[in-house]
Amino acid sequence: MLSFIRKRAFASLISLIGLLVMVFFLSRLTGDPASLFLPVEASAEMKAEFRALHGLDQPLLVQFGQYVGNVLTGDLGESLRKARPALDVVLEAFVWTLWLAVITMTLVTVCAIVVGSLAAFRTGGFFDRFSSMVSLIGASVPDFWLAIVAIVVFAIQLSWLPTSGTGSLAHWILPICVLFVRPFGIIVQVVRGSMISALSSAYVKTARAKGVKSGPIIFVHALRNAMLPVITVIGDQAASLLNGAVVIETIFGFPGVGKLMIDSILQRDFNVVLAAILVTAFAIFLMNLVIDLAYALLDPRIRY
Amino acid sequence: MADHLLEVRNLSVDFHTASGVVHAVRNISYHLERGETLAILGESGSGKSVSSSAIMNLIDMPPGKIASGEILLDGKDLLKMNAEQRREVNGRRIAMIFQDPLSHLNPVYTVGWQMREALKTHGIGNTQAQAEALRLFKRVALPDPERALDKYPHEFSGGQRQRVMIAMALALKPDLLIADEPTTALDVTVQAEVLALLKELQRETGMGVLIITHDLGVVSEVADRVVVMEKGQLVESGTVRDVYRNPQHAYTKKLIAAAPGKGEMHEPETGGDAILSVRNAKKFYGGFEALKGVSFDMKAGETVAVVGESGSGKSTLARILLRLEEPDGGTAHWKGKDLFAMSPGELFKLRRDLQMVFQDPTQSLNPRMTVFQLISEAWVIHPEILPKAKWRERVAELLGQVGLSSEHMGRYPHQFSGGQRQRIAIARALALEPQLIVCDEAVSALDVSVQAQVIALLDKLRREMGIAFIFIAHDLPLVRDFADYVMVMQKGEVVEFGTVAQVFDNPQKPYTQALLAASLDPDPDVQAANRNARLANVS
Repeated sequence: MLSFIRKRAFASLISLIGLLVMVFFLSRLTGDPASLFLPVEASAEMKAEFRALHGLDQPLLVQFGQYVGNVLTGDLGESLRKARPALDVVLEAFVWTLWLAVITMTLVTVCAIVVGSLAAFRTGGFFDRFSSMVSLIGASVPDFWLAIVAIVVFAIQLSWLPTSGTGSLAHWILPICVLFVRPFGIIVQVVRGSMISALSSAYVKTARAKGVKSGPIIFVHALRNAMLPVITVIGDQAASLLNGAVVIETIFGFPGVGKLMIDSILQRDFNVVLAAILVTAFAIFLMNLVIDLAYALLDPRIRY
Repeated sequence: MADHLLEVRNLSVDFHTASGVVHAVRNISYHLERGETLAILGESGSGKSVSSSAIMNLIDMPPGKIASGEILLDGKDLLKMNAEQRREVNGRRIAMIFQDPLSHLNPVYTVGWQMREALKTHGIGNTQAQAEALRLFKRVALPDPERALDKYPHEFSGGQRQRVMIAMALALKPDLLIADEPTTALDVTVQAEVLALLKELQRETGMGVLIITHDLGVVSEVADRVVVMEKGQLVESGTVRDVYRNPQHAYTKKLIAAAPGKGEMHEPETGGDAILSVRNAKKFYGGFEALKGVSFDMKAGETVAVVGESGSGKSTLARILLRLEEPDGGTAHWKGKDLFAMSPGELFKLRRDLQMVFQDPTQSLNPRMTVFQLISEAWVIHPEILPKAKWRERVAELLGQVGLSSEHMGRYPHQFSGGQRQRIAIARALALEPQLIVCDEAVSALDVSVQAQVIALLDKLRREMGIAFIFIAHDLPLVRDFADYVMVMQKGEVVEFGTVAQVFDNPQKPYTQALLAASLDPDPDVQAANRNARLANVS
């Protein structure tokens, strides 16, 4: 088990390095931060001074070397805009995103498992057809459209909920509900398919021959076996939320890492962009590790 | 008149499928007393398992539907009970064991958990369930029963898993045990042990046993009476001896005639040069030595049967001879060249001479290819054999040789029965005009009567085309009718090698003797004599 974690950590390290290289150089291709950052009327001297101050006048490779050295000592540089350590800025935003993702995915997982399992239990029945329709719509509706409609209906016309921002529990409701829809639709369908095959398996037949009740057959015998493919998809969906639900966070003015990333890209705040990418990549690495461990926990035949 | 323990009256079960209604079981009736064993004998598709599924309420409805009939347990009609009452009966009054204990045990829970569940479902407390589970594990003679409770199904051998299933089924001392092909997936010696255990437990508890099987040998070993089913109908019933000695229905006669192990044994010709000469073949899987130096010779047109139980290395031998896996030592000279040392180019040419037919044609034939594509693919790979213009003609000819017709060319594997699929696999092997075909359990998955047809086909090919066969099997009677030489393997080693007559009539090694003793004879009298001899040996 430990050697498995070490191996995974090493493999992830390599991809993190690759990511770092790519993002660092690509972001330098998008334009000169000095012209963007300083007023239009700034003189060439001011720009040169700005570049010298932030090391932007050095050759790219030198900049990169310095950057990697700093990353290794835990220093991800200063945010150009906020004049604070980039890591602090990112972690602050990441906590918001993390909460949003955790709450949404917990709700999604619980609801999708219950709905998908019940649909699979009576295939072709009313509930199955109804939930299939709902989940198909959920999986296909564009989330930005849903967000706008939700704001128009619940915030503007009914005035039940705030349109955007943070501050109270009510501010969380719309973003969570909108983010809930797509992963729910996808996961319900995966749960349903996986449960149908688990419920028609031989061990379920044995359980029925033993006289086990329907409840335990669905949620004890079949579900644990059906969870393996489901967990993969849950991880996949959770990863896209951890990356920052860019569009939704922007629409709802939610101060998460997705919004921070977009803002920083537009402002050429390289250090923040790089820090945000590193933090989310690290979070996703941790999450994948948890998923691998969950596999082993659910299925005794899997041993690393 | 007192009620029978179980009585099935005029039962009909239909399945409503997309392509119409299938009458899986039509108007069948049988009964069973306490302490009695009734066998339902039939081939695949005969509906033999459907009636037992109906007894256990395991038929999915829809698509299934009980069209008519009654199932009386002690005179009470199960079909008139509600779902909750049926559930109460399952496990407590009637229990069931299945063919493949690996897939019928839940892989993600310990066997102890599954045992306790069986007991707790019917209202027994946790502590008592634990004690009872341990007692039952001891009773079915599982090694180290305390620790066995905490193990998962995949950590047991096939025979041990079936013992777990039996322990679980007997947990609540049911009045009726339904055993659906309980030993089909097991080795012969393990099969004998499991059947003996079932008999013993039946004597102890006085339960009725309904055993569903395709194997006449199993019937003659355990059953008192037998009902024979064909295409959903009950065609014959009676005591085992009466039915075997004096079958009335044509189908029963055919089944009995198809049982292997009664024909003339081959007397191989002497002289001639070996085409394949294997010396000291070895194979390791990690630290495990799967083949510990196997040597044998075979001549053109000869059949060498390789028999042994699971784990004996017989399939490994086949795979390294075809270089589907790399050997770890030894030589194998094919017409003077060592095929273990061949380069990929030489090996490619060799593939024409050596072909393989696998156990399960459902898996070995690509489901997305038509029969024409499957067979002609050989010529895509080896274009020098046949110009493309002649492919259709030759495929038709090959299909004719294996007893199919040219109109089957455009169909897909799923449109055929198991036996037909295996014929397609054989036609595919023949497409390259091989001189040696390795059959790895090529007929094990087939029904007895189909088995006999495929064996007859292979025999014809040997006679007419001079093809040599390496015939890997666990079924000894089958080998007896078909092979020239028999090689008995155990734990990666050759235990005994000789002509078929030598091995069957005068086995030298204790392991061969044990194998032969454990193999079941379809004749109930012969089987009873064998059993008594075995028991006398033990005591």
